Amino acid sequence: MMKQSLIYVGLILVLMILPIFFGEYYVNLGSQIMIAAIFAASLNLLVGYGGLTSLGHATYLGLSAYASAWLFSRYGMSHAYTAPIALIFTTFVGAIFGWISLRASGLSFLMLTLALSQIIWGIGYRWVDLTNGDNGISGLTRPTPFGINLENSNNFYWFCLLITILCLFFIARVVNSPFGASLKGTRDQDKRMSALGYNVWKIRWITFVLASFFGAVSGLLYIYLNKYIHPSVISITSSAEALLCVIAGGAGTLAGPILGSILIVLLKNYVSGFVERWNMLLGIIFLFIVIFMPAGMGPGFSQIKKRWFGGKP
Amino acid sequence: MQFWVIQTLNSLALGGLLFMLSSGFALIFGLMRIANLTHGSLFMIGAYVAASVLRGGYSLVVAALVAMVVVGLLGAVIERFILRSLSGNSQGQVLATLGLSFIAADACLMIWGGDPIPINAPEMLRAPLQMFGFTFPTYRLVVLGISMISALLLYLLMERTRLGAMIRAGVDDMQMARAVGIPASQLFTIVFSLGALLAGLGGTVGGPMLNAYPGLDADMLPLALIVVILGGVGSLVGTFVASFIIGFIYTFGIALVPDLAYVILFLPMVLVIAFRPSGLFGSIRA
Amino acid sequence: MTIDRRSFIQGSAAAGLGLAVPNLFAQNNEALRIGLLTVKTGPLASGGIDMELGLKQWIAENGNMIGGRKVELTVADTGGVPANTKTKISELNERNKVHVIMGPLAAFEALAVDDYIRDNKIPTLSVAAAEDMTQRKPNPWFVRATSTSSQSAHPMAEYCANIKKYKRMVIAADDIAYGHEMAAGFQRVFEENGGKIVQRLFPPLTVPDYGSYLAQLKSADAIFLGFAGSNGFRFIRQMNEYGLKGKIAIVGGMTALDEAVLKNMGDEALGIETACWYSAELNNPINNKFVPAFRKAQNYDPGFYAAATYVNAAVLDAALKSINGNLSNKDALMAALKKTNVPTARGPVTFDSYGNVVGDVYIRKVERKDGRLVNVVTKTYTNVSQFWKYDPKAFLANPVYSKDWPPAKNLE
Repeated sequence: MMKQSLIYVGLILVLMILPIFFGEYYVNLGSQIMIAAIFAASLNLLVGYGGLTSLGHATYLGLSAYASAWLFSRYGMSHAYTAPIALIFTTFVGAIFGWISLRASGLSFLMLTLALSQIIWGIGYRWVDLTNGDNGISGLTRPTPFGINLENSNNFYWFCLLITILCLFFIARVVNSPFGASLKGTRDQDKRMSALGYNVWKIRWITFVLASFFGAVSGLLYIYLNKYIHPSVISITSSAEALLCVIAGGAGTLAGPILGSILIVLLKNYVSGFVERWNMLLGIIFLFIVIFMPAGMGPGFSQIKKRWFGGKP
Repeated sequence: MQFWVIQTLNSLALGGLLFMLSSGFALIFGLMRIANLTHGSLFMIGAYVAASVLRGGYSLVVAALVAMVVVGLLGAVIERFILRSLSGNSQGQVLATLGLSFIAADACLMIWGGDPIPINAPEMLRAPLQMFGFTFPTYRLVVLGISMISALLLYLLMERTRLGAMIRAGVDDMQMARAVGIPASQLFTIVFSLGALLAGLGGTVGGPMLNAYPGLDADMLPLALIVVILGGVGSLVGTFVASFIIGFIYTFGIALVPDLAYVILFLPMVLVIAFRPSGLFGSIRA
Repeated sequence: MTIDRRSFIQGSAAAGLGLAVPNLFAQNNEALRIGLLTVKTGPLASGGIDMELGLKQWIAENGNMIGGRKVELTVADTGGVPANTKTKISELNERNKVHVIMGPLAAFEALAVDDYIRDNKIPTLSVAAAEDMTQRKPNPWFVRATSTSSQSAHPMAEYCANIKKYKRMVIAADDIAYGHEMAAGFQRVFEENGGKIVQRLFPPLTVPDYGSYLAQLKSADAIFLGFAGSNGFRFIRQMNEYGLKGKIAIVGGMTALDEAVLKNMGDEALGIETACWYSAELNNPINNKFVPAFRKAQNYDPGFYAAATYVNAAVLDAALKSINGNLSNKDALMAALKKTNVPTARGPVTFDSYGNVVGDVYIRKVERKDGRLVNVVTKTYTNVSQFWKYDPKAFLANPVYSKDWPPAKNLE
């Protein structure tokens, strides 16, 4: 247990000093990975721990990003207000969409999440007065918490790191709590859980709401990083990539989404500079992981960790 | 008056095309419980193969046959070597088909390039049909006709052949079917190929309306999903009916409330599943 | 005349210095690093691939040099996704340390990287048509040698009203900002010249089928197509299938019947007129060299996208030569770019004070030549700016072109 905490602290220290050694491009890549990690971790709550595969999670990243952008550009609201409003609004929508989607399960659940996501995507494109359509919303700024200028890439990186640690910590607490245990129960044996008196639907719905909340957080970081939002963020491809991150890294594990995000973001951005057919590479790697490492990379690595340090993986 | 008639015919034609697209998906999903996310890619490959055959100077009929064979074989390979190794892991199978769709899309880009390739309807079907004072594309009526014939043939296959009986048994209760000696793995391969073959045929038949272009897979897959879920899993009748419902809703929706095009497309499905999760005709909860 | 020793020494010293001066500049033998932001995967791939081919051809034809410097080209594939465009441009700037960016392809990509370009002061030769980048929110580092969305539509509208004498027209365009801007520009000039736009249709970009739109088509003299990619060609084909051929004349904008699309079409395209800043059939010495070489290498004629980068390369070359290849002063390079006045494959190119091109726009008609379909140039509008004949200040005081502005008052 002590060893584990030491490892985490060590890891965080390493991550903190990275910007000093690497140039701006790599620092921004790091921020991107962290945003993807939060997004994947939020989806992992649903997919990995809840057993509910969703193909519409990009909706929450998108809604929160759009809310923040719209409030800022239309009303000039400061980020101190746009952030909480965006989060509350998105979580509220998540609660409603969760209610709708959970009327089904399995493929129908997947389809509902997809359908709701496509409806929002369509509105994003067509309701030009609200969203500026396919021109997107630009001319945005980053917040200045306590006067710190986040336009500086290093500062923004540390800000992301802080938020990421907080989110992952919170998610870990949820997963390891009694609620988390009951969630895993509904994933594995929902009939039995029901027979034992658990309200399976409510457990799932709460998870959905939590997932949309953390998705919203990643949405805010996303728009602060890019300072631009476009409806393509809410596309099926976006949701599918998040799913890839979760599955590749290892669904139902804490490290999984992080590992998956590192892999996918690096592939998309870094490797695509060298390999022309990187889409195909992405597909092949994904296929490989699904067939040969069905539990994802996370469990694979945690086996190694177990061998080295002993104790609980 | 003319508007209503033409839009009705458009709806029927679109419905027919949707049936050609979705029937394969419904078949695979009904029996194997696999949401084949490669289905859009198979449709697109069918269209591209047909385009290449047509370029070689052959007729659309030949192109359709070649596309069916090529895509059907591709389906058999996918099932035998990839999906089989993941049997029992239905989430893994779905994700594998997702990964395959990335590969397929890039492969098509590599082989056929980024330009959209037109697929031409046969000469004699190109002239518009003049009837009762208005004009309508002849080819679309042909698409409608082909979809009707396919539906009939599929129905006969399901209801009147041994293979169909085995498939129906598998859809109803896979355990029992195995218990009475139905060769599940061979059946799976056959059905997956059949589904793929139908996708390939759909791509060819839809070709003159849609053309072959990068992104066709992503445009078509959601439509197939909507139709199958709306119609109900495990029911070909459901798929048939849902195809035309969507055809009508989409066509009239675009004409009457164009700004809500996407909402129009997905809302019926959302409403139906929210209140009747097994779809209109489905016997199984997905 | 006697030449005394002093003036001889002075003279030879001056001559020596004169010989040495170019060396002083070329001493910095740094290569010119260009980043090409293009789209090589996904639905926009065909234009993006052409962008790369056009640029590479120019570079190859000129000894791998632009502006007297060797070229190091890095091609980045954005996939047409704005977030990727942002990542790629920072990669090009921070990792590859490019001096100049060419592209991006799509309007929304340009908007996504607008502030990155401003913050990092990267001279950019754009292909994308987003209007406000050179209008109400001009980016000082942006130079566009192609066209705004409406720049080529304005002359077409005048042509339709005054020369073709169309009175009633329908507009059909993709339901994206590009389509809206082009439609708005066309509508404004057409109605100011006495015509009436009786219907406007904006089908979604990826609609599978135009049937339900065609069924609602009102009767008119002509229809203006503001489509991109292959949508124009699909629309025309379906028009014929619905028996509309001959019942309504067809005219199009700059991307409706691009050469890349034309090569896949048949007789249904014959006689259709479009307006664009380029045609493979343009008769000028530079184009007469460009087109046959391109066709020999690629087996099809160059169109909008290949020409865009080919022209951009010529512009960059001229600008860089005018400052003696000096890459260390970005402001000087931008100023030189904006002052460019150079003949290119599209004709003469100069820029207005907002960085947008002032050049010729051509009315082209599809004909069959040597067994293939080509865009024959039938009329040239010279010195067309993004403001058409309007005063720039007045133009900019109006809202940006969109679905709502100018308001369509004659719809039926």
